[in-house]
Amino acid sequence: MANPAGRKIYWILWGVLSMGVGGYLTAGLLMKSAAGNPWLQPARTMFLPGKTTHGHYQIELACESCHANPFGGRDALQESCERCHGQELKDAVDKHPRSKFTDPRNAELAEKLDATMCVTCHVEHRPEITLTMGVTLAGDFCAHCHKDIAEDRPSHKGMAFNTCNSAGCHKFHDNRALYEDFLAKHLNEPAHHPRQQIPARNFREVAAAWPGYPVDRFPLKPQTAADAPADLMQSREAVADWLATAHATGGVNCSGCHKGEKDGAEAWVKRPDHKVCATCHESETKGWLTGKHGMRLAEGLAPMTPGRARQPMHAEALDKELSCTSCHGAHRFDTKKAAVEACVGCHRDRHTEAYERSSHYTLWKKELAGEAPAGSGVSCASCHLPREEHRAPGTDAKRVLVQHNQNDNLRPNEKMIRPVCMSCHGLGYSIDALADAKLTLENFAGKPGAHVKSLDMVAQRLKELEEKRSKKSGSKASADERR
Amino acid sequence: MKTSKVLAAVMAAAGFVGAAPTHAQVSYKDMADALHAVMESDRTVYTRMVVNRLQNEEKVIKASEHFKDDKALPLPAQMFRFGAEMVAEKKMPFSYSLQSLWPVNKQNLPKTAVEKKGLDAVAKDNTKPFYGEETLGKTKYFTAIYADKAVAQACITCHNEHKDSPKTDFKIGQTMGGVVIRIPMK
Repeated sequence: MANPAGRKIYWILWGVLSMGVGGYLTAGLLMKSAAGNPWLQPARTMFLPGKTTHGHYQIELACESCHANPFGGRDALQESCERCHGQELKDAVDKHPRSKFTDPRNAELAEKLDATMCVTCHVEHRPEITLTMGVTLAGDFCAHCHKDIAEDRPSHKGMAFNTCNSAGCHKFHDNRALYEDFLAKHLNEPAHHPRQQIPARNFREVAAAWPGYPVDRFPLKPQTAADAPADLMQSREAVADWLATAHATGGVNCSGCHKGEKDGAEAWVKRPDHKVCATCHESETKGWLTGKHGMRLAEGLAPMTPGRARQPMHAEALDKELSCTSCHGAHRFDTKKAAVEACVGCHRDRHTEAYERSSHYTLWKKELAGEAPAGSGVSCASCHLPREEHRAPGTDAKRVLVQHNQNDNLRPNEKMIRPVCMSCHGLGYSIDALADAKLTLENFAGKPGAHVKSLDMVAQRLKELEEKRSKKSGSKASADERR
Repeated sequence: MKTSKVLAAVMAAAGFVGAAPTHAQVSYKDMADALHAVMESDRTVYTRMVVNRLQNEEKVIKASEHFKDDKALPLPAQMFRFGAEMVAEKKMPFSYSLQSLWPVNKQNLPKTAVEKKGLDAVAKDNTKPFYGEETLGKTKYFTAIYADKAVAQACITCHNEHKDSPKTDFKIGQTMGGVVIRIPMK
């Protein structure tokens, strides 16, 4: 039996250890900097209530990103959801906006499915009940309100309750490529359009007409001599790379990116970050910070690395920190390299590896070789970082810019139909191709094996309505004749 | 009809009358009538002076349900709904919508007993509004329903020719539906 003095030491040790562990865990939980502190990260990890979904795992240790007000309840969580996802829902013309469920006449429906809150359908940290798209409801959620759909649309009779959302016909939020009149407008389109080309970027033209463009810093005139101080000009190669870029021809000299705002040592910024790029490329940077590549930086964490990703990545790329230049390459800013080489340099999944066997890649090689027109090749970026038309801020000019949130059109993949697939393919072919999971995995090397019947159903409905209308006008004409 | 009184304090809290004196009182009915006067006027102005003039008379631009895709004007019914959605976002203590016994979108058929009764009433006599009270969810509402009439050729052409319209013989001046205004009762 231990003596009383020995026992006391154990008690003291136990107390100190308990306080240490408690303090460590408390610091991990409460200190905001814990998410970025390698010593405190293990403590934070212990508080994760369950595996985070594919959409949020990159920032799962930045608890405050979603739980900004831990005691604010569902309303506070909703604010956090909308902070990142609110705009995309507006852009998607959300078919089930909050106002639909706050309308008193829908109170009965809202009692069954309170879709005023994102967390009603998308609960985080619950992998055991999480379905595709991060949905944590049973798959019959459409039926709560639309179970009588066959009364209005007899063609829907007998359809299984879970097929509304899974058969390539309807999506809860974004139906921009699936609504009936859109399908009707694009019936009987060929698999391939005669002209297959993605839109050309037009930053140079728009910048000239853009009142907010910092023309004093970037004079929109070709630059032929680098203006970096001689003692800082370390590489001739960098200057040669820069001279070949749109930056040099568009008036962006070394100082445009490297000149800091402060005097002294910080007057010349050796490695400008994404905030500097955002001076001119605000929309692109905003998109990038919203997507999986940049969201860690947006939440104040260390940059994303392939090593932190759940998808298969090349071993040699695991420690590469993602920034604008990790894909574009400093000074050279080669958009063609950023469109394929940068992606395949890290990603090692089946879809990526199948790309070189696809006809999309054949077209891309032809474009690179100058054998086909610009915009006719299909790179990784053509689909995942699509060129979209936007209003340039402060002008009426339309700007074609690259959506740098590569997740924006990924889930559900029907979001890709309009801004991407339909540049080259008919609507029916596009819907069928995206509904074929195996074909998607093989990077569209082949033809769709699946067929979504939505276009056939629309064609049939239009035919029936036309017959009904002719019959009605026929009987009206004969009634008039009889008179 | 029982005229329920809404204390100015309640209205002030809701932002209607700012720092109004506490003795001022507005009845639910008067409040609904006032809101409807604004809604009906704006709706008529948009339908006649924008949609009907530019689409039907001048033929310079069309109005379309898919106005973004078609680079067209929003339909008057959408204009009305977007306003109602913006009011809902502001969390104001009233809501409004457009319902009909013959809607293009089936979601706009009457759902509650008061809506059914009210839409029937204004279809029969479009000179008088219908007022009622109903409990939806856990809240009691004062519900007012006003006739929504065809004020321009654009209204009847669009509805009579729409593939989803259950009624194809609307005439100018006829009731096409009703504006439903709800105010939660204290």
